[in-house]
Amino acid sequence: MTALSLRPARHAVPGVFVALALTLVIGWLVVMLDGGQLFNQSTTVSLLHVAAGLGLVAVGQTLVILGGSLDLSVAYVISLSTLVAAEAMNGSDGALLPAIGLALAVSAAIGLLNGVLVTKLRINAFIATLGVGLLLKGYLDNGYDGPAGESAPALVRTLGYQRIGPVPVSFLLLLAVTAAAWFALSRTRFGHHLVAVGGDPEVARLSGVRNDRVLITAHVLCSLCAGLAGVYLASRLGSGAPRVGTEGLYDLESIAAVVLGGTALAGGRGGVLGTVGGVLLLASIDAVFNQLEVDAFFKQVIRGVIIIAAVAVYARRAMRKAGS
Amino acid sequence: MRVAERRPLPLRIRTDGIAPIVALLVVLLILVAFVQPDFLAPSSLMSFLGRSAPIILLAAGQYFVIVCGEFDLSVGSLVTAQVVVAARLIDSDPSHTWPVVALLLVGGALVGLVNGLVTTVLRVPSFITTLGMFLILVGAVYLWSDGAPKGGLSEEFRRFGRRAIEDVPLLGRIPYALLVLVVVAAIAVVLTRSDFGRTLVAVGDNPRTAELSGVRVARTKTIAFMLSGLAAAVAAILLGGYSGVSFQAGVGLEFGAITAVVLGGVALGGGRGSVVGAMLGALTLETLFALMNFTGVSGALRSTVQGVIILLAVAVSSLRSSSSR
Repeated sequence: MTALSLRPARHAVPGVFVALALTLVIGWLVVMLDGGQLFNQSTTVSLLHVAAGLGLVAVGQTLVILGGSLDLSVAYVISLSTLVAAEAMNGSDGALLPAIGLALAVSAAIGLLNGVLVTKLRINAFIATLGVGLLLKGYLDNGYDGPAGESAPALVRTLGYQRIGPVPVSFLLLLAVTAAAWFALSRTRFGHHLVAVGGDPEVARLSGVRNDRVLITAHVLCSLCAGLAGVYLASRLGSGAPRVGTEGLYDLESIAAVVLGGTALAGGRGGVLGTVGGVLLLASIDAVFNQLEVDAFFKQVIRGVIIIAAVAVYARRAMRKAGS
Repeated sequence: MRVAERRPLPLRIRTDGIAPIVALLVVLLILVAFVQPDFLAPSSLMSFLGRSAPIILLAAGQYFVIVCGEFDLSVGSLVTAQVVVAARLIDSDPSHTWPVVALLLVGGALVGLVNGLVTTVLRVPSFITTLGMFLILVGAVYLWSDGAPKGGLSEEFRRFGRRAIEDVPLLGRIPYALLVLVVVAAIAVVLTRSDFGRTLVAVGDNPRTAELSGVRVARTKTIAFMLSGLAAAVAAILLGGYSGVSFQAGVGLEFGAITAVVLGGVALGGGRGSVVGAMLGALTLETLFALMNFTGVSGALRSTVQGVIILLAVAVSSLRSSSSR
């Protein structure tokens, strides 16, 4: 069937996993020469915690980017979600599930707004989601000076700090979300349609895909993922934090992770597995530098260089493929 | 002797593209006049224009990049980096002023050159290139100054951003920043009317067609990035003078500039729009902020109002263009 030829998971192992393996091996050696230990319990745990937060956002971001869109509002959705969750819980376990539901519902509504602006009003995704982000920023800046609300202790105990061996529950949550997104992309009609819309919207439309509905769904899912990341951060921080999304640079970092994972920024090509690789790569670089006690600012410089270099390598490969 | 002058169509100032932004600006100015009549007095108006000069310059620079189909997300961090670097190199010594100004301009062009080469030669999407440059510049400047800005700007350096020619008849005062703005704006307009400007729009409209017609696409785009870097350098000199040295000097300016450009009717993705529209877009944003100040809207809500205005303006223009198609 045609569905088969639209499969997004055509590419074998994305190059990002090679880079990840190299980073881990080299990092392990360098850290060892430095007299440290890269893979002890605490560094592994903190690496996976960093990856869980960024990963949840980046998996959602992958969906919209695959569809040829983009979401710059995720950082504010994260902050808002931590606040909604923590304020609704107000420190009581009884309100746990309703509060998470509320945070996710608010996030989904923002995703719906993003999707409608991009599809129905035909606003460029960059501007639409930037505008929505500004709306949320105003609300957050106006209403909150600092942390607010209190996360339910049960949430902090489980999602925040519980782990199985060295693997935090939050990382398992990321794996579950990734698996769900992978299934949606490679095995469902929605996934095939999304990739088709990202590849060529006009062709998709003429083939009977309802572009608007597909893209709106992708935006809702992306915001839901950001909302989930917010709930996770609320569980780590113990309260709602109005600036946590922007200070973590989750908007730009999630896009960087997606692109590192081999998904084309123009849409239509890529997948969530690569994104998780990109997230793990960023988190590993972080972990190695932390072990070496490299200056935080130098870390950022290296990060910028790596992102550009990785994408340059992809571009080179794509060019060679097009040439042959 | 210019080719343009031999073309059959006379060179007119096209008003169709910038009519909406002019209308919006006029409405805002009328509102301001109601709320705060003093604002329209010549001297306060001149000061306002001087204060708005940096963001208008950045919008003009961003225009060149956007109209050829790219993004420059690095300008905000470039402004921050330049201000901090200037303070440390000048170190309050007046004799260092001019060499440092020259260095900043060269540095801005150089950052643009790197952005342009990475985008065109290595084929990295400019969104990623300039995002990476953003991370690199912010990290590098913090690293270089150990986390806190050092040194200080000389009075000569700060003059551009904060001083004015006082007691001018009719106008009251003319800020130096405004003079700089007028000169740069004139250069920008001349550039867009030149063959380079037309080529730039052609590249943004359809790079393949442009390439087949003999345009050197990579070179054209690289020059656009260098212009954006140069504009950021000039903006940094004005901003450093006006508001002093801090790591916050340029935060968020890239999004402000892109917003202004889009508000001015320039299409993201390239191929459509004018530099005058882009600069008017920036002025409109600044007028909006002034209006909010006067009406006592909390500073925190600024971004909400900004977001609403952008979404409305872009939605209206995109709906209009799709209905006329």
